[in-house]
Amino acid sequence: MNTRAVIETEGLTKIYNAQTAVDNLSFNVLEGEIFGFLGPNGAGKTTTLLMLLGLTEPTSGKVRVFDLDPAREPIKVKGVIGYLQENMGFYGDLNARQMLRFVADLNALSFEVADERIESALNTVGLQDESLKKIGAYSRGMRQRLGIAELLIKDPKIAFLDEPTLGLDPDGTNRMIELIQQLCHEKKMTVLLSSHMLHQVQKICHRVGIMIKGKMVSQGPMEQLAQEKLGVGKEQYTLEEIYMKYFQET
Amino acid sequence: MHAVKTILKKELADHFSSYRFMILFALIAMVSLITVYMAGINLKQELEGVAKPRFVFLMLFTSRGAMFSLVEFVAFFGPLIGLILGFDTINRERNEGTLSKLLSQPIYRDDVINGKFLAGMVTITVMLISIVLVITGLGLSLLGVIPGIEELLRIIIYLIISIIYVSFWLGAAILFSILFRSVATSALAALAAWIFFSFFVSLGASVMAGAITPDAGASDPAALIARAKITKAIALSSPMELYSDSAATIIDPMRKTNRSFVQMGVIERFSMARFSGPLPLSQSILVVAPYIISLIAITVICFAISYTVFMRQEIRSF
Repeated sequence: MNTRAVIETEGLTKIYNAQTAVDNLSFNVLEGEIFGFLGPNGAGKTTTLLMLLGLTEPTSGKVRVFDLDPAREPIKVKGVIGYLQENMGFYGDLNARQMLRFVADLNALSFEVADERIESALNTVGLQDESLKKIGAYSRGMRQRLGIAELLIKDPKIAFLDEPTLGLDPDGTNRMIELIQQLCHEKKMTVLLSSHMLHQVQKICHRVGIMIKGKMVSQGPMEQLAQEKLGVGKEQYTLEEIYMKYFQET
Repeated sequence: MHAVKTILKKELADHFSSYRFMILFALIAMVSLITVYMAGINLKQELEGVAKPRFVFLMLFTSRGAMFSLVEFVAFFGPLIGLILGFDTINRERNEGTLSKLLSQPIYRDDVINGKFLAGMVTITVMLISIVLVITGLGLSLLGVIPGIEELLRIIIYLIISIIYVSFWLGAAILFSILFRSVATSALAALAAWIFFSFFVSLGASVMAGAITPDAGASDPAALIARAKITKAIALSSPMELYSDSAATIIDPMRKTNRSFVQMGVIERFSMARFSGPLPLSQSILVVAPYIISLIAITVICFAISYTVFMRQEIRSF
């Protein structure tokens, strides 16, 4: 695997109204990997993602996405990152095709390229049969898959997935996990996955970072963390055990 | 630029297919048609057998139908068009979680607000132009008079002033939608602003002028004039006052000043000669130019405030 870091942060800090949301965060994500971004609610994961996207300015510290500073060149950075937000919203009175066309137009894609990508994205997420239905009538699982389709329209180099499996049924969760693996393997995307489904994260992630109260308490391949924290070797740990260990320590 | 165009396109589609727009349009079209129809009937009766005066066509806009003239109607209820189109522009997207999705696309943040403001303005323009066109057609068949070039020019200027005026209220509504997270709050705030500037400012103006010049009796013309000037100055802080004064001056060539208080000498009081010669268009424009510029200025200021507030807002709470 290529080991170039596509995302690097150094001493990243964000303070909201005298409250430190992200505290001196340094981590990197390597090209082509699925990075599990873990941590309890309110740990500052979403804030970090927003800073990486250039949607929020860091109070201090350095961020680089493909050697670009998101605060200075937000358009370029937003062009290479696809962001699937937590609790994302849709325009309920559009249908899936209209929504995807809107996203394509915002990305300044030509009509033909957009057409092609809309078709292939709908195929990939399995929504081609419901593509003319209004999004307002979609189930939660379908909405999440439409979110992935939007991301595919953009064809980004990096995908930020913030709780993509939140509120999905077991079948939907499995389909989403398969989709994410597909993104990584077939589309060669780097994936930054934030999730509480530790079991699934363990299955697909190459490396994980655990963030608690604004600080990255640990990052690295799971085997390494298991070795450090639990003193056990391969296949003898679960991510949940590692996570709880860190959680109890802080 | 492509982003502004994309958002403009989507917003326009939203506006024109929304029930909100259709109801508003139906209401406004109905009221203005009735007003002009009645004004037309009245005019026709009054002008029966008399040589038609100049600018009779413009009288359709200024003479009263049932309760108000068309110019008065737009002055009072035009703001509602802007407010209703704009009060949930930003906060609805924020509440539904579509704003951060929009902003995570490779577009600038100002593209969103520019596109939305433009879409509102285009909607307002389409609405007002179509209403004036229908009214003009109705007037043609009611009065049997063809408007001259100058009348057409005056109507066009009137339209432009009206579009700026309604756009000001659109800008105000967008500002409220940025300031307040809740759609209901911004709707109420917008309504409150409308009521305050449309009704209370003119009431308050005379009260305040009375308080400042308490001894202005009928015997002291200088004090009366001073009071009238103060009243006018305070009243002009209301966009409605700015609009109705400038619109009335443009649409009515007989009106030579935008002051309500006209001083008349003894001779002039007997001969109404000073009211007979209409102002040429260029002079009318000269009279109202400061008003129009003020209207544009408050619209720009309103938009600029929305712009800065929106650009500085933290996205986390979106």
